[in-house]
Amino acid sequence: MSFLEVTSFLFDGFVISFLIFAVTLLLGIPLGLPIAFCSMSRFKPVKIVAKVVVWVVRGIPLMLQIFIIYYVPGLLFDYPLFSKVDRFVFLEWGISDAGRILAVLIAFVINYACYFSEIYRGGIESISKSQYEAGYVLGLTKKQIFRKIILLQVVKRIVPPMSNEIITLIKDTALANCIMVCEIIKQAKELAATKALIWPLFYTGVFYLLFVGVLTLLFGRIEKKLDYFRS
Amino acid sequence: MAVLEVNNIFKSFGKYEVLKGISFSLEEGEVLAMIGSSGSGKTTLLRCLNFLERPDKGTIAVNEKLLFDGESAEKMTEEQIRQNRLHFGLVFQNFNLFPQYSVIENISLAPKLLQIGTEEEIEQKALALIERVGLSDKKDYYPWQLSGGQQQRVAIARALALGPDVLCFDEPTSALDPELTGEVLKVIKDLKTENRTMVVVTHEMEFARNVADKIIFMANGVIEEMGPPEQIFEHPQSEKTKAFLSKSLEEI
Ligand SMILES: Nc1ncnc2c1ncn2[C@@H]1O[C@H](COP(=O)(O)OP(=O)(O)OP(=O)(O)O)[C@@H](O)[C@H]1O
Ligand SMILES: [Mg+2]
Repeated sequence: MSFLEVTSFLFDGFVISFLIFAVTLLLGIPLGLPIAFCSMSRFKPVKIVAKVVVWVVRGIPLMLQIFIIYYVPGLLFDYPLFSKVDRFVFLEWGISDAGRILAVLIAFVINYACYFSEIYRGGIESISKSQYEAGYVLGLTKKQIFRKIILLQVVKRIVPPMSNEIITLIKDTALANCIMVCEIIKQAKELAATKALIWPLFYTGVFYLLFVGVLTLLFGRIEKKLDYFRS
Repeated sequence: MAVLEVNNIFKSFGKYEVLKGISFSLEEGEVLAMIGSSGSGKTTLLRCLNFLERPDKGTIAVNEKLLFDGESAEKMTEEQIRQNRLHFGLVFQNFNLFPQYSVIENISLAPKLLQIGTEEEIEQKALALIERVGLSDKKDYYPWQLSGGQQQRVAIARALALGPDVLCFDEPTSALDPELTGEVLKVIKDLKTENRTMVVVTHEMEFARNVADKIIFMANGVIEEMGPPEQIFEHPQSEKTKAFLSKSLEEI
């Protein structure tokens, strides 16, 4: 196999890695917000449930969570939820199985939403009470205060921890190969098994590195954009 | 006609009673200076006036309109409390400017969100306020680019933008270097000539004496003594007032 063919084969895998990454961000970033609000709720039961969920999700390896989501519905209800999805192939993934990817996406979104929620919570709680009070004495509503005064200060504070987490995410997508999703490392292992080529496995690192490089530049720009104020 | 009438305000934090029956009134354009030792409840009183704390008992009326009555306080909605706050302004000890907004944005934010006038009018008014506090050349600066005294002047302009009936100050100069207190006190003094009704908690005795129409000396949650500055400073009646004044003179 030529270098170009290997690259293209691995790139197909990286498309799946990127898909997991993008969907996790797209859904996990907004989903983290209600979880953060629940875990700060003054209503005890809501707060406790949120805290327990976050504890469990952060306390168990992501790989195990993928196994649980993929296999447990079948064990529990005698109904192979995700492989059924595979069989219907309601989406044309090309190289991979829809059901497996769906299971991975669910696991990733829940996992990362919980991580993000903790970052949001830390950010929101780090804003001093006096910023809210300054808004209150000007006759603003809670909503206005949060949106127009608190939010941007929180964003500025969470950009560094969020960028860390997001860089971890692209590397975590490799875990998807534990249920045979054809992300890039699975593709490389495929080459090792079928073509006895081991070097593509190491070559995958370049894909990750380039991508992380792009992310780093992007976050650097965001940080710079928010550099105009200090709080 | 009294602009502000405060009657028999009580406030406890848990078992600890901080305000024990505060009553006073202010006429339009009067400046009230509140003095008293640390922990006597001055900040708590200002926070009650601005509805950041809810008094347990008592009434607050502005321009003859009853805004707060301890009897029916439980039933007050968030919206009513918010409306009530518009009668008062509060300038904090630590300025509490919004860091992500420039000077002019800090001042025009609330009027814009509350839609008090057109964008144009709000902008004009903000510029006028900035000029009045002497910061025209700094209107696009961000809070971190300003000195403490300049930040506090912005905070005063921000509070004025909504035209409150009573403007409150909680030790507006105590977070400032001594050489910066003058510029802030001068702004407050200028406001007096515009007939602003103000309540100023302060440790600046000289300022209280020269600017205030009325002095309240607070001790342990009660008004120990109240009267015009000449009376409080020249002929204090209470032993506690005498002790406090001689101590604050010593410090100078
Ligand atoms: N939220 C609160 N919870 C409990 N106690 C409080 C609270 N706020 C104030 N206190 C207490 O109430 C008392 C009066 O506080 P306050 O801040 O009103 O005093 P002050 O006269 O403004 O003092 P200073 O000159 O130091 O600013 C203090 O003993 C303080 O510990
Ligand atoms: Mg105080």
